[in-house]
Amino acid sequence: MMNILSGDRPKSVILSVLLAVILLALAFAPFLFPGSRSLETAARICIFIVLVASYDLLLGYGGIVSFAHTMFFGMGAYGVAIAIDRLGTGYGAMGLGALVGMVVAGIVALLIALLSLRVRAIFFAMITLAIASAVAVLVSQLSQFTGGEDGMNIRIPRELTPAFRLGEVFGTRVNGKVLNYYLVFTGCLVLFLVMLRLVNSPFGRVLQAIRENAFRAEAIGYRVVFYRAMATCLSAMIAALAGSLFAIWLRYVGPSTTLGMEIMLDILLMVVIGGMGTMYGAVVGTAIFVLAQNYLKELMGGLSEATSALPVIPDLLSPDRWLLWLGVLFILSVYFFPTGIVGRLRGTR
Amino acid sequence: MPQPSLVTRDLTVRFGGHVAVDRVSCAFTPGELTAIVGPNGAGKTTYFNLISGQIRATSGRVELMGRDITGLAPSARTEAGLGRAFQLTNLFPRLTVLENVRLVVQARERRGFNLWSMAMGHRDLIAEAEAVLERVRLTHLADQTVSALSHGDQRKLEVAAMIALKPKVFMFDEPTAGMSVEEAPVILDLIAMIKADPEATVLLVEHKMDVIRSLADRIIVLHNGALVADGKPAEVMASEVVQEAYLGKELTDV
Repeated sequence: MMNILSGDRPKSVILSVLLAVILLALAFAPFLFPGSRSLETAARICIFIVLVASYDLLLGYGGIVSFAHTMFFGMGAYGVAIAIDRLGTGYGAMGLGALVGMVVAGIVALLIALLSLRVRAIFFAMITLAIASAVAVLVSQLSQFTGGEDGMNIRIPRELTPAFRLGEVFGTRVNGKVLNYYLVFTGCLVLFLVMLRLVNSPFGRVLQAIRENAFRAEAIGYRVVFYRAMATCLSAMIAALAGSLFAIWLRYVGPSTTLGMEIMLDILLMVVIGGMGTMYGAVVGTAIFVLAQNYLKELMGGLSEATSALPVIPDLLSPDRWLLWLGVLFILSVYFFPTGIVGRLRGTR
Repeated sequence: MPQPSLVTRDLTVRFGGHVAVDRVSCAFTPGELTAIVGPNGAGKTTYFNLISGQIRATSGRVELMGRDITGLAPSARTEAGLGRAFQLTNLFPRLTVLENVRLVVQARERRGFNLWSMAMGHRDLIAEAEAVLERVRLTHLADQTVSALSHGDQRKLEVAAMIALKPKVFMFDEPTAGMSVEEAPVILDLIAMIKADPEATVLLVEHKMDVIRSLADRIIVLHNGALVADGKPAEVMASEVVQEAYLGKELTDV
């Protein structure tokens, strides 16, 4: 058990319970929460856990601020979409697309890192912002490859679509969509455990040392540029794989689902809410954030109706104002948990 | 006379029109502790920074064990055998005492690029870090975060990190700066212990004359970036040049 978690204990009873609940809920989502909408949410949580954790590998462990994370996410997604578009539907094309997306993401990350990580951190952030914007423009312009602003529908193998029926388990119809979900779930679980291993390896320790004091890390003999470049590469490659899974799950890829700046901001929020520099923070932050994004509106609708007899309150809780309340939740969480939920639960300041 | 381990040849750095270190040529040999003295602004710390690579030289060279290291990054110089402790305490403040030393051992053993094994599985690195803490009597603080330590213990930890690095050349920049009278001797004992190794070359920037008297085998004096005196402590301290440098008079004969 400890080996699977790479010796990284949750170190808090509440956190352990929380993580176990999230894991079980995700593992049995198709049976616990039937319905396509809840399955959508579960799959989104799985994929964003990986995406957010891979971003935390950079920000929380390496102390590197990047705005190009969605670009790498998009590379994986478009890799699969373009491979299937060109080579036809098949697992080979799907795998090849994911592989190519990952390799391209790795190479681009390495180039950006070696070009800009030698200088100040802010410069790296700006470069990533510029390149991410350029790539987003490129994707919308090269419509013969990428489908432009409309994006591309992806014809994945039939076994992974709702049309493929397998029968019933525990009263839930098991179809290709459920199989697809388990592909996403397993892929994300493996990627997450890989990252957990990375951050607890000697390499991960060096990253933390660099975040604490890069000058010192260099002085005791670590080549800071190489370590940062390596972290950028790994993070980009994992984000690309998450993107591939996302494309396979949605059977669609477009600029708004993978490359948008809003997604980049969501990732940042999830990292901060969960707690920077802890892989488990990505799990908790993502679960809470995605649930709030998807269900806060309904929760508020319910509350608004329940309080309809009272003055003012129903108006305040009107579902139209859900974004406002999401903002309030975010401010409160940052105010009360400056080190994130996990940082707070672990009792570190 | 053993071969010099560290040599600087005409080492110079200019910041605009100001020459901070001016053609300093000097050789340091194993088994010798050299104190580098001079008034404030004489270029002592800058000279150290040139040797350890935090600042690039305008001209001149630095040689370590006969190898030119002038163009190398600080990390590469450390790998080549240079160990540097800084004037202002410079550690990983939010990591534990043990982790601070373990990271040094890990760097020296070049295991940092190990991505797949568990850091805690490298028992030998941890054991060595613990042994170093034992030597400097910090074992009882091993699990504390560095920021919670007293200034004196932080400086001790910095010396511990140097011991863990096992460099060929040790460079200390005012190791007792800001320490209380009770704490300072502990650091000096540690430096004396390092010096007892005949393989070790030790460079020490220091202001306190009693420290220099008790530890130094040799003194070099920097003044306005230039090397103005070099010799046995007694000779150098008695020399007119040094008296003038410290009193701030014009140096007519240099």
